[in-house]
Amino acid sequence: MQRSEKKGEEPIIVVENLEHSYGDFKAVDNISFTVKKGQIFSFLGPNGAGKSTAINILITLLSLQKGKASVAGFDVTKDPQKVRESIGIVFQDITLDRDMTVWEILEFHGRLYNMPDTERRKRIDELLELVQLEAKRNERTKSLSGGMKRRLEIARGLMTRPRVLFLDEPTIGLDPQTRMRMWDYIKGVNEEGTTIFLTTHYMDEADHLSDRISIIDHGKIVISGTSWELKNTLGRDIIYLETSDNDAAVRLLKDLPAIRNIKVKSKGFSLLVNEDGTKVMPGILDILRNSSIELTTINLKKPSMDDVFVHYTGKELRDEGAAPARGMFLRKGGR
Amino acid sequence: MKGQPRPAGCSCAREGGNMAYGFMTIFWRDMVRFVRFKTLLVSSLLQPALWLAFFGIAMASNFDRLTAGIPVAPGSHVVGYLTFMGAGIIAMTTLFTSLFGGIVILFDKNWGLMREILASPMNRNHIIFGIGISGVTKSFIQAIIIMVFGILIGTAFFAGFSPVMTVVGVAGILAFVAMFALGFLFLSAGIAISMESPEGLQGVITLLTMPIFFASNALYPIDTFPEILKVISVYNPMTLLITGIRYFAIGPDFVTLGKHYVYAPMDIAWAFGGLVIFTLIMFTFAWWRFRKAVVT
Repeated sequence: MQRSEKKGEEPIIVVENLEHSYGDFKAVDNISFTVKKGQIFSFLGPNGAGKSTAINILITLLSLQKGKASVAGFDVTKDPQKVRESIGIVFQDITLDRDMTVWEILEFHGRLYNMPDTERRKRIDELLELVQLEAKRNERTKSLSGGMKRRLEIARGLMTRPRVLFLDEPTIGLDPQTRMRMWDYIKGVNEEGTTIFLTTHYMDEADHLSDRISIIDHGKIVISGTSWELKNTLGRDIIYLETSDNDAAVRLLKDLPAIRNIKVKSKGFSLLVNEDGTKVMPGILDILRNSSIELTTINLKKPSMDDVFVHYTGKELRDEGAAPARGMFLRKGGR
Repeated sequence: MKGQPRPAGCSCAREGGNMAYGFMTIFWRDMVRFVRFKTLLVSSLLQPALWLAFFGIAMASNFDRLTAGIPVAPGSHVVGYLTFMGAGIIAMTTLFTSLFGGIVILFDKNWGLMREILASPMNRNHIIFGIGISGVTKSFIQAIIIMVFGILIGTAFFAGFSPVMTVVGVAGILAFVAMFALGFLFLSAGIAISMESPEGLQGVITLLTMPIFFASNALYPIDTFPEILKVISVYNPMTLLITGIRYFAIGPDFVTLGKHYVYAPMDIAWAFGGLVIFTLIMFTFAWWRFRKAVVT
């Protein structure tokens, strides 16, 4: 699953010390990253973390306030026109005119980008075949299913053969089967050579698709790497325990050399271990038995992207009520 | 897509690309939508004719009876009220159509469609121009329908004109309609890109139409207005438009409701010049609003 940095070293998106504020609220706070040509790069984060603000700056819909950003070799501030010509975008919400036909949507887009007639028509045929919407060519988009709409939007994003395709939460609201089919399309497009910049808050999606992942929270990048590297930061295994006296157990176990970190949960706690968990477990059981702490639950697993996400953002889902100051800006920050 | 030689990037707009016709894309889409909604299409074409048929005939029968006793200098060209207000109806229809012409921008903004357009390499001015020519096209169709229908029900448009004069007359009317429509379409587009809700836009438009329509010479002469209202009316783009329409549809010298209208060619040139200035100001306003617009 891990397709590490095999795809060339040439940077295609370079972001340096990017900052963006809405009033007093810093939606993006001094982030830097590089996406290399041909990669699928995922930007992962809870709602309101700053993902969409960053994407909107890169696609030139928001003007850059502080820092530097370039896409396909063009500076987003100095050369926004060139950036626009080099990219394709699939927006977070469906952005299709309900009353235009599938063909008209693509025709309009091609015309917007000034594609010559013959090339435009040929490209529409190719793409309708690629996303399997030929049969729907003359139907209005309001009659399409959610998955079809997304496919049409991906086709639209590819109309102009962009060097970078931005996908802002492309599978949001789709059923699991449609999502997986969407992943196949995305991979196919990437294999044709298009660099993909993806934002998502589905961990499995990022894990499955990405060559490289950055997790962003509160406007800052908290960690970057391949999904394998990110999982490895949590150690080799995670052992989850519930005991009769969790506090005492944590105190006893925290100094064991094999244990990298301990995460206290509501009913128990997780041990992130550096070594093979199955070899560490007997020792842990001995320690607990010697201190007469009763063990009620034990469970061993490999770290998943979900664990990585929870570890670095501290939350399974952003608790929106708990942070009213942020809540005020959720809509803007979430974009 | 498989096996295609893959040029790097879009082969279309490269090297600065010639995007001089970007507005045609916006125009094309607006026209696709215009003919797609059949009820809207038919009603927008029928409505001005109905105004003329009902309001026009009702008012004309009253006014013509009331003014029948007013003595008229011999030899003057007396024109019935229906003909007089027919010009006003063309102007009114153009005003309404143009003020609502920008609403598509607001819908596009709210539905997220504007993002596709704003993120494209097309210059934003082309959105304004595209909305402009699409609105002008609609106004042309409506103006022609009113003229044809008006003649059918008895307005004396182009009465006594030679064929050449009639052609010049129609061209003159359309030139005035185009300039006026562009001004209000730019205004409408500028407001629409700045607003959040269709209700708000509707409110602003209603607020605007009332004084523009009634403080003009659409339905009655403005000479008897109180001084302040008269000043407003004289510089009202609506009055300028109607002056132009009457000149080209009726002639430079006629009497209606007991008032003698005489237009010198210079008056007409001034009226058109006024509309050009108005339209330029409105374009500047729209350009400024679009430059400021952040749609994410």
